[in-house]
Amino acid sequence: MSKVRVLVGTRKGAFVLTSDGKREKWDVSGPHFAGWELYHLKGSPADPNRLYASQTSGWFGQIIQRSDDGGKTWTQPGTPPGERSKPGEQPKGESNKFVYDTSSETGKPLTTHQFYDGTQHPWEFKRVWHLEPSLTDPDTVYAGVEDAALFRSKDGGKSWQELSGLRGHGTGPKWQPGAGGMCLHTIILDPKNPSRIYIAISAAGAFRTDDGGKTWRPINKGLHSQYIPEPTAEVGHCVHHVAMNASRPGVLFMQKHWDVMRSDNAGDSWQEVSGNLPTDFGFAIDVHAHEPETVYVVPIKSDGEHFPPDGKLRVYRSRAGGNEWEALTKGLPQRDCYVNVLRDAMAVDSLDKCGVYFGTTGGQVYASADAGDSWAPIVRDLPAVLSVEVQTLP
Amino acid sequence: MIRVILPPHLRGLAHVAGEVELDIKGPVTQRSVLDALEDRYPMLRGTIRDHITQQRRPFLRFFACGEDLSHEVPDAPLPDAVASGAEPLLILGAIAGG
Repeated sequence: MSKVRVLVGTRKGAFVLTSDGKREKWDVSGPHFAGWELYHLKGSPADPNRLYASQTSGWFGQIIQRSDDGGKTWTQPGTPPGERSKPGEQPKGESNKFVYDTSSETGKPLTTHQFYDGTQHPWEFKRVWHLEPSLTDPDTVYAGVEDAALFRSKDGGKSWQELSGLRGHGTGPKWQPGAGGMCLHTIILDPKNPSRIYIAISAAGAFRTDDGGKTWRPINKGLHSQYIPEPTAEVGHCVHHVAMNASRPGVLFMQKHWDVMRSDNAGDSWQEVSGNLPTDFGFAIDVHAHEPETVYVVPIKSDGEHFPPDGKLRVYRSRAGGNEWEALTKGLPQRDCYVNVLRDAMAVDSLDKCGVYFGTTGGQVYASADAGDSWAPIVRDLPAVLSVEVQTLP
Repeated sequence: MIRVILPPHLRGLAHVAGEVELDIKGPVTQRSVLDALEDRYPMLRGTIRDHITQQRRPFLRFFACGEDLSHEVPDAPLPDAVASGAEPLLILGAIAGG
């Protein structure tokens, strides 16, 4: 029977939740890396036992962790405990070294970005928000970081190189931090076109490469953001998350700061599909594993009030690719609930029926084994949940 | 033999319990102690000082013999009591919530 493994990153450690295909009884392991912020964990599609984790701290900086046994044990890539570098060997302890590219012509910083006060500001590395393992190579993994940039490792996380065509294509001075920082939080690899990658940045927008990361262009046509001086600007939009169904990689769904959007042409243009949602502010969005027109969001009251409207935690599902939404409430608290669901804290498994999972800032991880019709908490009292990913295992 | 006390998060990262003991050849300074520490425990690189600039991370402090040494230059000699191993060098996380 198939199994599922849910990888949960929290403010104070990581947790691995496992169950059989019924998804009724769960084993909980953790906290791993207790006391550290785990922004994101994700498994390699090419080797499900290969997991990557972003472990961060305001005090001690960034750490990358890797597991080769499905989360039972972890190491910092390239740095086994006590092992020293040998002469002529790449220095160990560089798995947390994220260095922005400089201009090859001048040696100076590639670009600057707009700071909160409108002045130009140099890029400063803070943390890894999102790790996206390659679809085909367990040793290749992409990292979306704050301040916003895309890095790639081809050696299992031992070393990282920036794909600087993203920052260098010219719009960098117009990027600016959102309330959570200027983060590259979404990385989507096109399963049918290995040269195509989508990324999204708060607050710059969505971008696409069609040449494996060498060159990039903004894909924000159709976005309308009242909170920026030019609401339809090429960049500057606070995109919160983007999701795709692997069978239709040209169709994208976006939860923007406000507005739920969809694109049917790989991001070349977007249309609003907020429809009858009670509020179209939110962070998380995902697509059913088998029904590419079935989309899930968790409406949040507003950018000033990061909790569900009316104290009712409701996932909204559209079976029509947007516009027509139904509230999913069975098993979710319908009074006095004031948690948030962050952008990377929702995921789906690929079992039949599709499982849907999300975590809250109140420490609950909810699961639905029937595509959202009913929900139950796997755990109730974790630290605030930052991210949820799911692996469907044979 | 130099004694170093790491904050709990870094002890976990380095898989050590209690104090770390290091042999330093030459002058005992912040820089030479941190070089030796990172050589023994490469997983600590980037967690105490920046990979490139080698500057102390903003929320970390260095103390020894009741003195705050955080703002001493990296090549200044550490107190004799640290160099002799009588007193440890403490690496502390600043108290800033969390």
